[in-house]
Amino acid sequence: MVYARLILMRLFKAVIVLFLIVIFNFLLIQLAPGDPAAILAGEAGAADQEFLNQLRERFGLDQPMYVQLWRYVSGIAMLDFGYSYRLGVPVFDLIMDRLPATLLLTGTAFVLSLVLGIVAGSMAAARVKKPSGSLIMALALVFYATPLFWVALMSVVVFSVYLGWLPAYGLYTVGAGHTGFALVLDVAKHLVLPATTLALFFMAIYTRMTRTSMLDAAQQDYVKTARAKGLKPSIIQRRHVLRNALLPIITLAGLQAGQMVGGAILTETVFAWPGIGRLMFEALQQRDYNLLLGIFFFSAALVIVFNIITDLVYSLADPRIKKGAA
Amino acid sequence: MKKPLALAISAAALAFTSAALADDPKEGGVVNTIIQPEPPGLVLGMVQNAPTRTVSGNIYEGLLRYSTDLEPMPQLAESWEVSEDGRTYTFHLREGVTWHDGEAFTADDVVFSADVFHRELNPSARAVLQHVESIEATDDHTVVFTLTQPFGPFLLSFEAGTFTMVPEHLYAGTDFRDNEHNDHPIGTGPFKFSNWERGTVIELVKNEEYYEEGLPYLDGVNWHIIPDGASRAVAFENETIDVLPSGTVENFDIPRLAEMDNVCMTEEGHEYFSPFAMLWMNNREGPTADKRFRQAVMYAMDREFAKDVLWNGLGNVPLSAFGSNARFQNDDLEPYDHNPERARELLDEMGYDGEEITILPLPYGETWTRWAEAVQQNLREVGINVETQATDVGGWNQRLGDWDYDLAFTYLYQYGDPALGISRTYLSDNIAKGSPWNNVEGYENERVDELFNEAATAFPDEEREKLYREVQEILHEDVPVGWLMELGFPTLYRCDVQNLVTSGVGVNDGFKDAWLDR
Repeated sequence: MVYARLILMRLFKAVIVLFLIVIFNFLLIQLAPGDPAAILAGEAGAADQEFLNQLRERFGLDQPMYVQLWRYVSGIAMLDFGYSYRLGVPVFDLIMDRLPATLLLTGTAFVLSLVLGIVAGSMAAARVKKPSGSLIMALALVFYATPLFWVALMSVVVFSVYLGWLPAYGLYTVGAGHTGFALVLDVAKHLVLPATTLALFFMAIYTRMTRTSMLDAAQQDYVKTARAKGLKPSIIQRRHVLRNALLPIITLAGLQAGQMVGGAILTETVFAWPGIGRLMFEALQQRDYNLLLGIFFFSAALVIVFNIITDLVYSLADPRIKKGAA
Repeated sequence: MKKPLALAISAAALAFTSAALADDPKEGGVVNTIIQPEPPGLVLGMVQNAPTRTVSGNIYEGLLRYSTDLEPMPQLAESWEVSEDGRTYTFHLREGVTWHDGEAFTADDVVFSADVFHRELNPSARAVLQHVESIEATDDHTVVFTLTQPFGPFLLSFEAGTFTMVPEHLYAGTDFRDNEHNDHPIGTGPFKFSNWERGTVIELVKNEEYYEEGLPYLDGVNWHIIPDGASRAVAFENETIDVLPSGTVENFDIPRLAEMDNVCMTEEGHEYFSPFAMLWMNNREGPTADKRFRQAVMYAMDREFAKDVLWNGLGNVPLSAFGSNARFQNDDLEPYDHNPERARELLDEMGYDGEEITILPLPYGETWTRWAEAVQQNLREVGINVETQATDVGGWNQRLGDWDYDLAFTYLYQYGDPALGISRTYLSDNIAKGSPWNNVEGYENERVDELFNEAATAFPDEEREKLYREVQEILHEDVPVGWLMELGFPTLYRCDVQNLVTSGVGVNDGFKDAWLDR
């Protein structure tokens, strides 16, 4: 009951927030220099006035801005995201087409970074002032500080050019005609480099955060109590220290999860991964506003959904929070 | 180090020619190549940007094809006649040609494509069609174009990318842009559209019913879509990719890739487009409005350096407005050699006060950024106060379309004839805001207008030549724009891909004759 009310309240607020986001995005995009028709004309390598007028009329760009805004918002209200200017395909189809690849990549990276980060962080916390603990922290710092695209390029150079172990780009082997299990295996191979690259950065953050947070929790009175009543150190670590240390990690995980649908522009570009990040970047370059707004909308919606989920997970990890929310 | 590369190309080209003669073509195999950037659509005429031309030139065809010397060759038209007065062109179409859906290709398709489809959708075809009075199918396999007056380059306009033949039975009477067949292009070409995984690959398969005996040899062509330049180079290096069409890797990667085993390179196959890099100079205001300033810029730039260092010694530094692949070049003109001394004199003479000007690089990758840096350095050496401004493609289009710049890089296709690809930059009635491809610099000269207009419709060629020689003298003196380079855009490929480049548009229609020696 408490959950249901919480969710309903949050959903109601979410709709209002989304509505404001749609309007804000629409206005924001009007500020960018460059007009979609001119860019399409420029790309065509030839253009006369008639061509430009045809395009503007087709996209509705010849209408005053409030008419365009009204059309867009009323379209969204009926879940009609319009057509991509450049590709002439419904925006919804384009996004749905790219969503699986993106979720596969970001989802894998999410799980990978979260699990490995927490494990590495706990290990580092248990090995404070030991060389092995310092080594973990040093590695985390390196991954945290190294630019993503550099890691991506270097991993390609090492693992696919020199060693030839893993494919350098793409979602699957083009022309191989794999099906069934062979296809799964093929995709999995293609996934290794981009997912690892993407995971490293967040893994580093989780590691650092878990360690700090656990060291902090280990100083608390309830841990002393637990130790005093003779619990095993491993149980103390897991039940009392880690569980209490998880809250900031959940916050961060919620943030990362919210970004999943936006894709990972750099990783997707370097590895030619056919995801939403690339779609968004190309839409931005082409001033394909309908498509861009569509992607913004989906990303925003997902951030809101994950915020709600994060709140629910908080209350699971820390029952005190449920009372506050109700 | 740079010269040997150019030599290596000609050597490779020679070796390759003799190898091709020695062996009989083998059938089968799929070639993997790159398309960059991903095209917006594949219906030529509706979309005309470079990547669409490259992929769809293998699906669709035009009436004619062009050799690397830009001589017309038969394609859908097997022969043609031009009347004595240069106003009537009669094309005899090949018989037994079918569209990919099995329907017969006839003269009605030609009339529909030219007179209806392209007139409505296609700005470059419109520019040619304004010279056409009527288009008639006199029988199923004969089409007659009657012009309002002679138009010298008319025979050069039938390339597949400009004047694509589209199927009347699928498009007539529909809203062309919303036609359901746009997702599955139907042409007459050697390859059929098979599949497009957006963001990953466009797959073409052999057209088994192709009308040219024995062609094509290949079972298919896969166009991989890889957005990052370094990743494209890697894909070629680790042999996933067989062919790198021109412009798909950064110039600084080319020497390294060209030196690999079993890699050949050719500069041929871009003659029809012959991209001409230019520096727009705003003729309307600021120091660039002064002719002497523009001449000074020409003297200040070390164009040979740019060619050798940035373009691997490939390409050609032009004398003036007409490139070497356009016809009627006037080679008696005095070249604008690298001469900083002369540039300083000109600047003194005009009394240049050090006013700051800006330069916009072309946002097409690293080579262009570096080129802008090189030019900036050249200009500073002679005392011109110049700053670089970075933009993205959208911003660049907008700045040029609004004439909001001092100097800006660009490149334009020459299309084999001054009336198709060159005059558009200098004609004063081609000044209009909103497009980066017209007379963006704002140059106005009545005599130049006269000469270009007369030359376009003069007949025969000797008449045209006289007029074009004079126009080049005027332009050479006035320097409406800076002439940088005719770009050398090489194609790299595995040497066992045989017979790849057989026309003046290169891989745009090249897979028709290609075969794999594997």
